Amino acid sequence: MIRHLAGKVGGALVSLLFVVTLGFLLFRVIPGDPVVAMTRGRPVTGDQLAELRARLGVDKPLGEQFVDYLGAALRGDFGTSYVYSRPVLELIGERLWPTVLLTGTSTALAVTIGLWLGIRGAWRRGSRSDRISTGLALAQWAMPTFWLGMLLSLATGDLFPSGGMRYPDTPPDFLSQSLDVAHHMVLPCLTMIAVVYAQYLLVMRSSLLEEMHADYLTTARAKGLRDDVVRRRHAVPNALLPTVTLVFLHLGLVVSGAITVETVFSWPGLGLLTYEALTGPDLPLLQGTFVVLAGAVITMNVFADLLYRVLDPRVRAS
Amino acid sequence: MTLVVLLAPTPAQAQQAVTLRVAITQQVDSLNPFLSIFQAGTEVGRLMYDYLTAYDVKDQRPVEGLADRWESSEDRLTWTFRVPEGKKWSDGQPITAKDAAFTYDLMMRDETAATANGSFTAEFESVTATDDRTLVIKTKQPQATMLALDVPIVPAHVWSKVADIGEYRNDQTPVVGSGPFVLTEYRANEFIRFKANKDYWRGAPKYDELTFSYYKTADAAVQALSKGEVDLVNRMGPAQFDSLKDKDGITRNQAQGRRFNEIVINSGAATRTGEPIGDGHPALKDVVVRRAIAKSLDLDAIIDKVNGGYAQRGTGPIPPVFADYHLKPEQPYPHDPAAANADLDQAGYARGADGIRVSPQGRRMELRLLGHASRAYDEQAGEFVKRSLADLGIAVDVQVVSDNQLNEAGTAGTFDLQFSGWGTNPDPDFILSLHTCGQRPNADGKGGTTDTFFCDAEYDALYARQRAEFDPAKRRELVLRMQQRFYDQVPAVVLGYDNALEAYRSDKFASFPVQPDPGGVIMAQNGMWGYYGATPATVTGGDTGSNTGLVLGVVGGALIVLVGGAWLMGRRRGLRAEDRE
Repeated sequence: MIRHLAGKVGGALVSLLFVVTLGFLLFRVIPGDPVVAMTRGRPVTGDQLAELRARLGVDKPLGEQFVDYLGAALRGDFGTSYVYSRPVLELIGERLWPTVLLTGTSTALAVTIGLWLGIRGAWRRGSRSDRISTGLALAQWAMPTFWLGMLLSLATGDLFPSGGMRYPDTPPDFLSQSLDVAHHMVLPCLTMIAVVYAQYLLVMRSSLLEEMHADYLTTARAKGLRDDVVRRRHAVPNALLPTVTLVFLHLGLVVSGAITVETVFSWPGLGLLTYEALTGPDLPLLQGTFVVLAGAVITMNVFADLLYRVLDPRVRAS
Repeated sequence: MTLVVLLAPTPAQAQQAVTLRVAITQQVDSLNPFLSIFQAGTEVGRLMYDYLTAYDVKDQRPVEGLADRWESSEDRLTWTFRVPEGKKWSDGQPITAKDAAFTYDLMMRDETAATANGSFTAEFESVTATDDRTLVIKTKQPQATMLALDVPIVPAHVWSKVADIGEYRNDQTPVVGSGPFVLTEYRANEFIRFKANKDYWRGAPKYDELTFSYYKTADAAVQALSKGEVDLVNRMGPAQFDSLKDKDGITRNQAQGRRFNEIVINSGAATRTGEPIGDGHPALKDVVVRRAIAKSLDLDAIIDKVNGGYAQRGTGPIPPVFADYHLKPEQPYPHDPAAANADLDQAGYARGADGIRVSPQGRRMELRLLGHASRAYDEQAGEFVKRSLADLGIAVDVQVVSDNQLNEAGTAGTFDLQFSGWGTNPDPDFILSLHTCGQRPNADGKGGTTDTFFCDAEYDALYARQRAEFDPAKRRELVLRMQQRFYDQVPAVVLGYDNALEAYRSDKFASFPVQPDPGGVIMAQNGMWGYYGATPATVTGGDTGSNTGLVLGVVGGALIVLVGGAWLMGRRRGLRAEDRE
């Protein structure tokens, strides 16, 4: 077990190093001089541009820049954002919790709804309600997220705020602030749920369908167990395995998955930060978010792997 | 139905404070006025700090800022400003000439402090405060922008304690300033809150608080205005602006903007030393071809179809909002494809068998037109250009690319035509300087800010003269002659000047000062008049925040009921299924 764990963590670290390297190279391929992009439309002299380049370190040869970057990254320093003139990690830290709050809540709800509808659909496959719920989920999944978000915002009228995370004039006490944040979260949350629950529904439905004709279910029925007991106690736990993996893999993506939703609803999270860094381009910030997002996926992959061993005795045995 | 009634926003408990809530769509990059580059950041800076002189709200001429009087020496190299007594920082300390001297001096000796506004002090020889009231600035050469120094003056007693300007965020509230508003709360990329400065030397604003809320998209900002979450919005597109027409409680402001759109023609990209670079089509070096292109473009149709009518026809780089300097050519190029065709025929550009012209040097007239993928304008206007030039027998390949690719191609001269555009200042110096020979890049392709690569002895001579000319009438004439030269040589075709489209809740705020008056903007002014002079509507019912607690309770309750009901139904069906077996 320890060896297995060490292997997995070691693999993850190698992947992370690869990501850090790739992050550097990938964003240097983007054409354009960041200094020119930053100062576009403003009165700057050539000397000022050169000064700015020297200060940002983009005038050095690529190899030297890479060594500098790698060394700093290993020490946990991802540099200073060009646009905000602040440490990248600090900016990311600030934006992390709004994203975790939004995507965490919506993922939890989407998983619950998706699994529940998936179980129902499989158990009563081919029925009208199954066809409707599967069809609806697929249709929502196919919808462009930004379009769905704007549509929801329009359709709900004045009920919910059209953007942001809180009103500036909300009283500073904890209760008012929490309620305000929750109020602002309704529309982005609904949008995310509407789009993502379909995959949980489909995976749950198909894996339960595979179990449906297994002998152990016939045995359970033969013992005279009630239908819903057969479903809850026997079929669902076995069918849950693929879904658990899926949920964990998605938890890694949760951090990045919100770019569209955060942009539509001006939610001040990592997704929006990434989008802004891209339009800059704010190279250090872009690299930083890239590493953090990739890191989240890698970590969750390790967790999924380990959890799978715990849940499924067959994997442990092999 | 009851649910809907309960959910509707209800007036929050009667608040006495009147707040102007503004939506911004561009982030504030920094509150540190020495570092802030973005328009939103500098706009916030204008609210917190006064400049040495200000731009008048009506006609943008220099008026009293921190200094109320000024004079220059005979040789225009020494300027003396008087900072009168009685103006105070928001912490009660008096504002003196030493604060201004400290600010400029900091920019001259600390490169980081010169990040945002360094060009204004680049030619300063020395800055001294001879006493608390008198500021003396000596410049290396006459500088026409001495009454348009866009530099926020900071309090020396606060900033002299700052060790590292680059690290200083200036977000310790309340931030000490001299402007009409005092920053009291800042949440990056969420909102910024200001309190009115009741001791402001021009007089206190007519309301209590000012907030800027950040919306990533103009769509969200417009919706927030419709829903009454904010009171003032700008940077709208034509469709968004049209959607607010005839809405109750909303007034729109179609203002003359400071921006122009242009098509840059690669008339011979070269470095500062004249080495040709890039791969522009050689025929574009011929002014006959460039003029034919200008004549073939139907500017009115582009404005009508692409700008939705919200723009003015282009001539020179300075838009009509700066009426003194705006060029009205004596003989503007008419939209006349027939004449353009005749010119090309005469100059030896014969049509080939497929209708595409061939230059006298034997090169087919096939051009690349680069546009920004981020701007719908470029793609749509690109189609117009393509069709217009097809009528001339010139084939155009429209390529919309990322901003960075476009910048790259622009700097390297690897384009034939490209969309570009600039925002202009009340002082024309910067926008005119862009097209001087010295702005071309150096040998390694860096250090230049030109986009046209224009290098013309006559233009440069006029530029140097206007820069040193202090007689407004004479300077105006020189500026117009420069633009006429630019217009005749056609290194770029200015297509039009975008209107700035804004809207506000007239049920909450009765009026806003516009700059210039009439026809100007409320937001993004050269000054803070729009926010400072906003007048609340007579009856204010306090803030209408929505009753979030109630809303959540109801929504939460409804969710529980729905989920619970569905679960029960599912259970019942399950039982029935069992019964059937």
